Amino acid sequence: MTRTVQVRRGAYQDSVSLMLISRELSDRPGVATVQVAMATALNLDLLSGLGFDLPEGTSPNDMVIAIDAADPTAAEATVAALDEALSRRPATAGALDPGAPPPATIGAAARRVDASFALISTPGRTATIDAADALAAGLDVMIFSDNVALAHEVALKRWADDAGLLVMGPDCGTAVVGGVGLGFANVVRPGPVGIVAASGTGAQQLMSLLDGVGLGVTHCLGVGGRDLSADVGGRSTLAAMDRLDADADVDTIVVISKPPAPEVAERVTSHARTLGKPVVIGYLGVGRPDLTETARRVAEATGTTWQPPRRWGADAPAPRGGYLRGLFVGGTLCDEAMILAAATVGRVASNIPLAGQPGLDAALTSVGHTFIDFGDDQLTSGRPHPMIDPSLRLERLRRELADPACGVVLLDVVLGHGAHQDPATDLAATIHGSSTPVVASLVGTRDDPQGLSDQAARLVEAGAIVHASNAAATREALSLLEVAR
Amino acid sequence: MSTRQDPPRPLSARTVVTAGAQLLADALTTQGVSTVPVTWAPPVAGTEEALTTVMLDRRRAAANAEAVRRMTSARAALVDVRPAADALGLQPGQFLHAGPPVTWERASGPLRGALIGAVLFEGLAATSEEAESQLASGRYSWEPCHARGAVGPMAGVVSSSMWMLELVDEVHGNTSWCSLNEGLGKVLRYGAYSPDVIERLRWMTGVLGPALQQATRAHGPIDIIAIIAQMVQMGDEGHNRNRAGTLMLLKEWLPDLITSGRDPDDVAEVVRFISGNDHFFLNLVMPACKLMTVAAADIPGSSVVTAMARNGTDFGIQVSGTGDRWYVGPAQIADGLYLGTFGPDDANPDIGDSAIAETAGIGGFAMATAPAIVRFVGGTVPDALATTLRMYDLCAGENPGWAIPIMEFRGTPTGIDVTSVLRSGQLPQINTGMAGKVAGTGQVGAGLVSPPMECFIGAVEGLASAAR
Repeated sequence: MTRTVQVRRGAYQDSVSLMLISRELSDRPGVATVQVAMATALNLDLLSGLGFDLPEGTSPNDMVIAIDAADPTAAEATVAALDEALSRRPATAGALDPGAPPPATIGAAARRVDASFALISTPGRTATIDAADALAAGLDVMIFSDNVALAHEVALKRWADDAGLLVMGPDCGTAVVGGVGLGFANVVRPGPVGIVAASGTGAQQLMSLLDGVGLGVTHCLGVGGRDLSADVGGRSTLAAMDRLDADADVDTIVVISKPPAPEVAERVTSHARTLGKPVVIGYLGVGRPDLTETARRVAEATGTTWQPPRRWGADAPAPRGGYLRGLFVGGTLCDEAMILAAATVGRVASNIPLAGQPGLDAALTSVGHTFIDFGDDQLTSGRPHPMIDPSLRLERLRRELADPACGVVLLDVVLGHGAHQDPATDLAATIHGSSTPVVASLVGTRDDPQGLSDQAARLVEAGAIVHASNAAATREALSLLEVAR
Repeated sequence: MSTRQDPPRPLSARTVVTAGAQLLADALTTQGVSTVPVTWAPPVAGTEEALTTVMLDRRRAAANAEAVRRMTSARAALVDVRPAADALGLQPGQFLHAGPPVTWERASGPLRGALIGAVLFEGLAATSEEAESQLASGRYSWEPCHARGAVGPMAGVVSSSMWMLELVDEVHGNTSWCSLNEGLGKVLRYGAYSPDVIERLRWMTGVLGPALQQATRAHGPIDIIAIIAQMVQMGDEGHNRNRAGTLMLLKEWLPDLITSGRDPDDVAEVVRFISGNDHFFLNLVMPACKLMTVAAADIPGSSVVTAMARNGTDFGIQVSGTGDRWYVGPAQIADGLYLGTFGPDDANPDIGDSAIAETAGIGGFAMATAPAIVRFVGGTVPDALATTLRMYDLCAGENPGWAIPIMEFRGTPTGIDVTSVLRSGQLPQINTGMAGKVAGTGQVGAGLVSPPMECFIGAVEGLASAAR
């Protein structure tokens, strides 16, 4: 072995550079030890500890090179490699700014930008963490996530209430805030109507029908399906009504929901009386106005001329035997259709049955008049919503059209942001050539990206009858059944 | 926390913070909305329930803001230098050490080495073997520095005769202490106890301590927070680099040392000792940071970390909302560079109270200001900036008093929030020295380390049981 020691006077390098270079050079073949260091007392100590003979009279500004190599050639090559390493320029020179990494939490994001709104679609079991973060940061928050615990919903809404903030959701799939569509939302024109909705597709139907008579929407604030339950107490509904009341662009307020808990309904009604603007309340349910009737009342309240919603397609065929089969992607639309159907035909089975009506087996086998909500949690766990992925419903549609017991198929088609970019084409291909009549409700606005008229035309071309009103579609479907006559 | 607005502010979704499905954020972008997507990841597994409880504790945001306010309004003046027996009432045979409490059986090599050295230094044993058997027999007692409001680098061992720097926060009425820094290499705090180590300690007790006491008393209080503010603008991050801070402190002391009337040779040796030890000022940064963090302690509902400390076996943290309770996990081996021929096999797990620097927002958190040391882990200058940027997201606030020039004089990230660590899965970065794992070895390297996640998991559970 050859031990080499060199001293370079006044050749300052920082200790970290030299430690890195020492490590790199120690990996060279034929080299046992390489230590390149400034001649500080500590380093000289370490080097003599390693058995190197060091010259006297060095200062901490001198560089010491100590090499223990197999032979003089290896030692010389190491010194050459050292010189090269010392003269090397960093590869990243000039690339100084790494750019800020994306924020890790909502709170961190809110500290960086002047935002006033958060949209949360994280998994339901952790969404409360993010929503609480948003409230702590002073943001209004829309929780798209479902499966949020009821107790958490109550805690979040109490907090928002005290802080003057709004919690939309959980399970809020649709909202429009100042013309911006959030989640599944139709493209609406600005206008005087402000909507509070405890139902996503209900709100979409309402906005689409208002669009049909040229009536625009300022905000549509989803509050989540449980907001008007006794547990939650309508906290977000009341807060949203206040926000709409305070908004100068809103003339008329609409509240739509499935039937609320009676004491909550009373609270909403009495709160409406304290506001300075007319409030149209449309609770859905047996014996109550359907969404189309609520739309008509809203038009009336704003002084807009009402026209019955559009119908596209050929004249109705003659009534026939068999049962009604409703295949829906919108839960509220399915409910509305079932309520109307039950009033006419009595027994209506469903995976989301009305009170006192039968449910379905696990395979969702049709029994008589049958309605399936493909957007139900049971059918969306682990897969996209049927508004995005139509495959489950298309498969079922094929089977119903082939089922001799099926007299008429009723279905909904929902357009807007977030929805499938062309739902009509696949439906039309499946319907085409079928002898079973198909009636569709087409929920969409003039400005929706899918093209309302274009989607209607595709369905009509395949033989379907299309209505802008879900209630009208349901009534026409019922009228095609002999049993309903 | 926001307060009820009357009338309510107009609803606006012009700028939207999004967490979750990219599809929904994209739909907003196509509508011309300015979106700020967060890099959402599931919280650390098993913490969801406790995190939810803590996040729903409405006191948290205001309590954390208060913690940051107290940290950044704390002052730290060096007022005295005196023996631990006087300053802390430490008796012979009583010792302080770094990190959370630990028994002799679980104590790591460097902590044992430092305790052996302290026993020898106090003259309680004649040989290291004797000292070791006395320590193992339970004859002596020891407790964390933190339990007495003090802090100790590396092993952090303090015995009654050692001289302590005494710092006072007049705003909050707190006092903190730290020993005098011995220099690098074979030193007690890295677990070395050879005769030259003990000899140096005797000189520090006989000459250095009294000289600094006289100079400090003659000078009057020295504002350490102000020196840290300057050093942060001079390339020191206050943990692995304290070069500018050491020189600035020496500058304060020099006139009073010169006119002290002490033997000029002693004065020269004192000045040579301090100026030859770039880390001398670390022992002032640490108690200054302790004064900041102790001011932020005990705020109900606050999830801000008020101590991070290691004893070479366990890493422990304390959190404002649960007082002086320790949440511990196994100390990790630092990733870094080694002195001489030492390598990872020679290194002891993380040790020392010096992570109080990061707890107060400097050290690894101010990496951007110290590009000179960023290559300890093969990092680059952009990495240093990125590290500090990342730390902002873990913190409840910033310290405008300690501004980082290269970040447009943005204040250091301050007040680690336990919930942000668990939600992002990102751990605080700590710059640290590495001790040899065999008692008596001394320093083997320096590098970067993080606390184990267990500390934060424990802390959020503690906060959840104290939540409202």
